[in-house]
Amino acid sequence: MSLYKNYPDRSKGKLFRNGTIVVLLLLFALATIFPIYFMIISSLGDPVEAGAMNYSLFPSKISFASYKFFFDYSEYSLRWLFNSLIVAGSVMLSNVVFASMAGYAFSKIDFKGRSFLFTLLLVAMMIPYQVTQVPLYILIVNVFDLQNTYSALIVPGLVTVYNIFLAKQFMSSIPKEIIESAKMEGCSQFQIYVRIILPLSKTVLAVMAILTFMDSWNTFFWPFLVTNTMDMQTIQVGLKNFRFANTTYFAPMMAGATISALPMFVLFFSLQRYFLEGVTVGAVKG
Amino acid sequence: MNPSKKSFIKRKFGGDAGWGYIFIAVALVVFALFTAYPVASAFIISFQDYKPLGSTFIGLDNYTETFKDALFWRSIRTTIVYTILTVPVALLLSFAVAILILPLKKWMQTTFKAVYYLPAVASGVALSVVWLWIFDPMESGIFNKLIGLFGIGNQNWLGSSSTAMFSLVFMAWLSSHGTSIIIYLAALLGIDTSYYEAADLDGASFLQKLRYIVIPCLKPTTLFLLVTGVIGSFQVFQNAYLMTGGGPDNATTMVGLLIFNNAFKYFEFGKAAAQSLVLAAFIAIVALLQFKFFGKEVEY
Repeated sequence: MSLYKNYPDRSKGKLFRNGTIVVLLLLFALATIFPIYFMIISSLGDPVEAGAMNYSLFPSKISFASYKFFFDYSEYSLRWLFNSLIVAGSVMLSNVVFASMAGYAFSKIDFKGRSFLFTLLLVAMMIPYQVTQVPLYILIVNVFDLQNTYSALIVPGLVTVYNIFLAKQFMSSIPKEIIESAKMEGCSQFQIYVRIILPLSKTVLAVMAILTFMDSWNTFFWPFLVTNTMDMQTIQVGLKNFRFANTTYFAPMMAGATISALPMFVLFFSLQRYFLEGVTVGAVKG
Repeated sequence: MNPSKKSFIKRKFGGDAGWGYIFIAVALVVFALFTAYPVASAFIISFQDYKPLGSTFIGLDNYTETFKDALFWRSIRTTIVYTILTVPVALLLSFAVAILILPLKKWMQTTFKAVYYLPAVASGVALSVVWLWIFDPMESGIFNKLIGLFGIGNQNWLGSSSTAMFSLVFMAWLSSHGTSIIIYLAALLGIDTSYYEAADLDGASFLQKLRYIVIPCLKPTTLFLLVTGVIGSFQVFQNAYLMTGGGPDNATTMVGLLIFNNAFKYFEFGKAAAQSLVLAAFIAIVALLQFKFFGKEVEY
């Protein structure tokens, strides 16, 4: 009936088998999660220079002095978090709006060149970003003269092909009849999009919003390239600068890493379902 | 279904079609400006000695230089080694975990999926900071303590060219495999149970079912994960940049990092553009080869 032998419930065989499995999975889970555990535990230590100290795997005391040390390092530390929030928030919003629009058009509206344009987008997705990175930098910094602005951080990510693809995949499964009957009732395409398509696509839009926000929050290289003063940097760039400026301060470095990751952990644990669903929405059909 | 001429025209240029173009307008502009134009521009720059004020056309020089550059070939080799050491292991681990998770109760499945996914939520910069200390070369370093248990002496993990690559690979092994695990698990749950029933009738063992049902059924999934994994791995350089800077002695300079350095450290935009296009060609060839070798058997 299934891959595994069918033991009766509560039998010794089943208990033994599942017990062994859980132990194996737990061991691997411990190994995977160890860096995060180590990061959080160590961030609670005192901000003393390494060398004089020994790492411990269990907190001997809990102090937030290292967090204070991190925030005292630069007057812009809080600003980094704020910048990341602005950039990730804007990128998320614009992706949800524009990717859902494009996804609707590509899945449900007939227009000339539709399949050609969509194929073009998909082909472009295969191009490694090393190819576009230099010209994009020249375009944003030299041509548009946007260096060190929020626009430079946000504009290239306004809407990604991946999100359009995600929206299109999902919206293809919305029955045509719903749209047809809305048209009969005299709805314009815009009304259909707002009143029918968007409400029906809540799940995929939530997945898109969360994953886009996370990607944008965690991205390092682009903000690193296009910002050159501390007040415009994002938390990831700030953390990297902090690390290079304080190479011996172990606990404060961990505090900084924790600060950069904490908002995502909170998001993950409160919206876990969407994170885990999001993985299969895009991949299974691929 | 025989639309009159009038409604045909209306369908093409007015009404719905018009809305279609409006809905994709922003996406198309963003795509044209930030993907299509840069790709075209990369081609042009790759034939130039790029200078912000007046570039000169130098024909194929950037390409011939690239092909003659020993460091470029070395970086390709480093990238291939890294890919071979990380991608198959990641696939194997995720496959094994997905198989093990399968018989557990739903809530346990979800919990394990979440735990294995978690490291993907933390940023690469944050994780690199943590791993830097795990690989602390002092005796007190976590990793040195761990291998000390097996009687192996201190290593300068990231600072010595013999261990730096291994350190990055090890980091990849213990990174998040959540995505592949979830994809494998979804595929496992999609296998038709009648296959197992038939196998049970024939008295097949667990391993036989694994060998003759699960592995063939999961081949498309494996191919998908393999191709995306290899493509991704060819572009990876963030960890190398943040942990070792490509050193020591270029032992961890992957091709993505080499291109990044040429562009933004030495400002040789032309050379970087040429190398990036060679990399794109490499990736396309490798992806096609994988489809050719593994794709054929996927059909059934």
